[in-house]
Amino acid sequence: MSESIVMHDGALALKPGYVDHAADALRDLRWSRDAIDFQVEHHHDVAATAQLGFWLYLMSDCLLFSGLFATYSVLSGHTAGGPSGQSLFELPYVLVETMFLLVSSFTCGLATLAMGSGRRNATVGWLALTFLLGLGFVGMEVHEFAHLIAIGAGPSHSAFLSSFFTLVATHGLHVTCGLIWMAVMMATVLKKGLTPSTQSRLNCLSLFWHFLDIIWVGVFSLVYLFGVAH
Amino acid sequence: MLGKLTLSAIPYTNPIVMGAVAFMVLGAIAVLGLVTFLGKWKYLWTEWLTSVDHKRIGIMYLILGGVMLLRGFADAIMMRSQQALAYGHSMGYLPPEHFDQVFSAHGTIMIFFMAMPMVIGLMNCVLPLQIGARDVAFPFLNNLSLWLTVAGAILINVSLAIGNFSRTGWLAYPPLSELHFSPGVGVDYWIWALQVSGIGTTLSGVNFIATILKMRAPGMTLMRMPVFTWAALCTNILIVAVFPILTVTLALLTMDRYLGMHFFTNSLGGDPMMYLNLIWIWGHPEVYILILPLFGVYSEIVPTFSGKPLFGYTSMVYATMAIALLSMLVWLHHFFTMGNGGDVNAFFGITTMIIAVPTGVKIFNWLFTMYRGRIRFTTPMLWTIGFMITFTVGGMTGVLLSEPPADFVLHNSLFLVAHFHNVIIGGVVFGVFAGLSYWAPKIFGFALDERLGKWAFWCWFIGFYVAFMPLYILGLMGATRRLDHYDVAAWHPLFIVAAAGAVIIFCGILFQLAQVVVSIAHREQLRDSTGDPWHGRTLEWSLPSPAPAYNFARIPVVRDRDAFWDMKQRGVDLSASTFVPIHMPRNKGAGIIMAGFALVTAFSMVWHIWWLAVAGLAGVLVTLIRHNFDDDRDFHIGAEEVRRVEGLHGRVHARSM
Amino acid sequence: MNVANEAVAGHAPHARVVHIEHGAHAAAHGATHKQYIVGFLLAIALTVVPFALVMTHSVAGTPLFIAGFAVAQILVHVLYFLHVNGSEQQRWNLTALIYTAIVVGIVMGGSIWIMHHLYINMMPGMMHGSMD
Repeated sequence: MSESIVMHDGALALKPGYVDHAADALRDLRWSRDAIDFQVEHHHDVAATAQLGFWLYLMSDCLLFSGLFATYSVLSGHTAGGPSGQSLFELPYVLVETMFLLVSSFTCGLATLAMGSGRRNATVGWLALTFLLGLGFVGMEVHEFAHLIAIGAGPSHSAFLSSFFTLVATHGLHVTCGLIWMAVMMATVLKKGLTPSTQSRLNCLSLFWHFLDIIWVGVFSLVYLFGVAH
Repeated sequence: MLGKLTLSAIPYTNPIVMGAVAFMVLGAIAVLGLVTFLGKWKYLWTEWLTSVDHKRIGIMYLILGGVMLLRGFADAIMMRSQQALAYGHSMGYLPPEHFDQVFSAHGTIMIFFMAMPMVIGLMNCVLPLQIGARDVAFPFLNNLSLWLTVAGAILINVSLAIGNFSRTGWLAYPPLSELHFSPGVGVDYWIWALQVSGIGTTLSGVNFIATILKMRAPGMTLMRMPVFTWAALCTNILIVAVFPILTVTLALLTMDRYLGMHFFTNSLGGDPMMYLNLIWIWGHPEVYILILPLFGVYSEIVPTFSGKPLFGYTSMVYATMAIALLSMLVWLHHFFTMGNGGDVNAFFGITTMIIAVPTGVKIFNWLFTMYRGRIRFTTPMLWTIGFMITFTVGGMTGVLLSEPPADFVLHNSLFLVAHFHNVIIGGVVFGVFAGLSYWAPKIFGFALDERLGKWAFWCWFIGFYVAFMPLYILGLMGATRRLDHYDVAAWHPLFIVAAAGAVIIFCGILFQLAQVVVSIAHREQLRDSTGDPWHGRTLEWSLPSPAPAYNFARIPVVRDRDAFWDMKQRGVDLSASTFVPIHMPRNKGAGIIMAGFALVTAFSMVWHIWWLAVAGLAGVLVTLIRHNFDDDRDFHIGAEEVRRVEGLHGRVHARSM
Repeated sequence: MNVANEAVAGHAPHARVVHIEHGAHAAAHGATHKQYIVGFLLAIALTVVPFALVMTHSVAGTPLFIAGFAVAQILVHVLYFLHVNGSEQQRWNLTALIYTAIVVGIVMGGSIWIMHHLYINMMPGMMHGSMD
């Protein structure tokens, strides 16, 4: 690790990037370790920090959903004499919806791989496919909601329905925001290419997209499958 | 066209409110007029409002907290005077529907727009300096968080002039806060002010965690971080963990009120008890979010003014983490009386008692630090000692309340009110004042006047006990909280004493305002020319005062805890002869603009002006997307400029080989 | 980069400043085609099976099994799509994830436990929450 040290200003200094190896660097020195007092140039890893920041935001979003899941769990039995999940949920429809989202998660992964090997058009292509699948998912969900409202099972009819609509629609809203973001990113990639900042943002977007699929696993299990199985 | 908004929303017939509104408006005009008169609009915009510099953002948070302290304290004076007067035949001067708004606004403002901004402001000003960083992880996000908080504060102040505020307390329990029982705009103002500022706070949490984990100076391992940094880390982890729950709960109440849903209504399956459960899952960690950073402040002040290293650093760190973790397991003690049953109450009663233990560890560590130290009784140290006494009393009453049987008698009595003011004033408010007087030299470049500081302290300290000890007694005598009138003769003298206490505290505030004015007037005598006025131990004191825009010209390599003390022991030379260009983020207007649109959206939602709400939301989105395509994000401060600035503070020496 | 070696050998090196560029980071570490394909196939299986169990009214279509499949699929997503593992780059991500999982457990478990007791005590004769 002796490449980590440079001379600067009559004193030794650590080269950037060797933050974590400061102890090693100190050990390697065979004369005055006390000379290392300052780091010359400090570039903290911007991309890694951005990833961590976005990950932390995702964790906060997990907790947002946990509040909605907790509320749904508590209120799902409160049908106030109205319809319950068992009578309303159509599992084949939900299975198709789920597949849309799952496949879109896969194509998003392929977009990430294309980005990693610098293939700009492939990246945009896989993102576009992801977008279409996500749009299909949202479309199916909106259709389901419209149907439920039409048959008098809208969110204002019972606590169960309020919590069902709010939980599922919050997820749908997140997906929609992801779609808007995806469109902006496709435009950005086409306009500016796969620059470091664009790649960093695409990484965040793909984290977001996968995370939304994880939440959906919770939704279809806790809401639809539990609801019908009971 | 304007939803529910009409001119009759302005409360012309209420002289007290109109007086307050006039005061606010005149104050705003005075400030805007002064800026215009001095020709400083461009300067204000480019140097402050668009600033992504954590030091400036921190100062703006502190100013917000200070202004809202005055607003919240005005509410307090009104309550104390009303309760001192309104005995028997006298109804006081505040009708019930006004009194209800006063206590609701008091709590909401003090927690969300005084204490949180003060705490976040201190973290902003100090944290990056303590860890040897040049800024926080996400400077633009920092700016956005500030302005979202300000937007919430503005909304709550607008509610004074247009419409009215909620009458449902600082947490707006349903079913009272549902549309059926609160059809007006008050609860909506409350909801949107908290939602908008809550987003800002959550983003701050993410920002600070990333900063602490990723941007520490080389050699600063986690166990070499200052205790304030540890406290900030735990605080921000709590923020990220629990503010989403607040967001959800507010959103569900919004669904009930706006879309006729049934989460917390009395009909069609709604359950008001679920609201209390959710809001306190947020609410209890919130009070620890408030106190933990101040515990960190005390942990900096005590060693500095005792001339000794902190006793028991490791136990201090573990105690802080334990408190943060346990704070997520006690929330039910806020509703022992709701009907949970013995098993559930017992569990949460025990966890609540346990959480007192790590706090006790901290108090002992501070005391052992002081033992055999050379103590200097400066203003920060006085606040700290005042805290140790006062918070211990408040903590003990908390342990008393943690017993479900005792709580069944004392829940929602004035005993409870006295308890939480005891720990919040003794802990949070004293801590904020301690931190401000401690770090003022670093933040502003000059210290605060010591004499006025000490007078302010004594007024607050004595005033607090005179104001709140009677409330403990009143609670034990059966007085409940939030009473605008009562008929029990024995209570009356105690309420009068409490009002006197409020007046003494008011004197303390006057001394503090005087202190600000005098300190600015005498700033040259009070100037900190070395950067290290207190013989400090941590890295912020290695910088000039105030810190230059880039903070550190060279990032120090950390060898030990109390990094600066260690540098002083080793005789490290803080001056340099060669300098390199420093990479800096550029100031941006997108943050304040987005917050402005958010304010428009929130106000429109309150008054059901749907088209304007959509327009506001579109404004936020468009600004965000434009910001995404903005490539001009950074610049470099040239090496010569760095040399010049460092030279102003005597940090340049001739080159030697 | 032999400056330090010279210094160690006793020569006086020139005062030099070394500037290291940070290039764009590659996409999430551990990302390969194989990872995504394996994850995708596992996720499909873990989706189809619980749906089939419930749709065919199978005895095994109990909440416990459904929850088990859900947890398994979430783990698949986390490991294969999000690439969270024990490596040094992912250390804080993993820590944050575990902490979040604990808090989610407290929020959901705590709420269900508390509200269940409240129903028994405060709302006799009404329907309870469907979860236990």
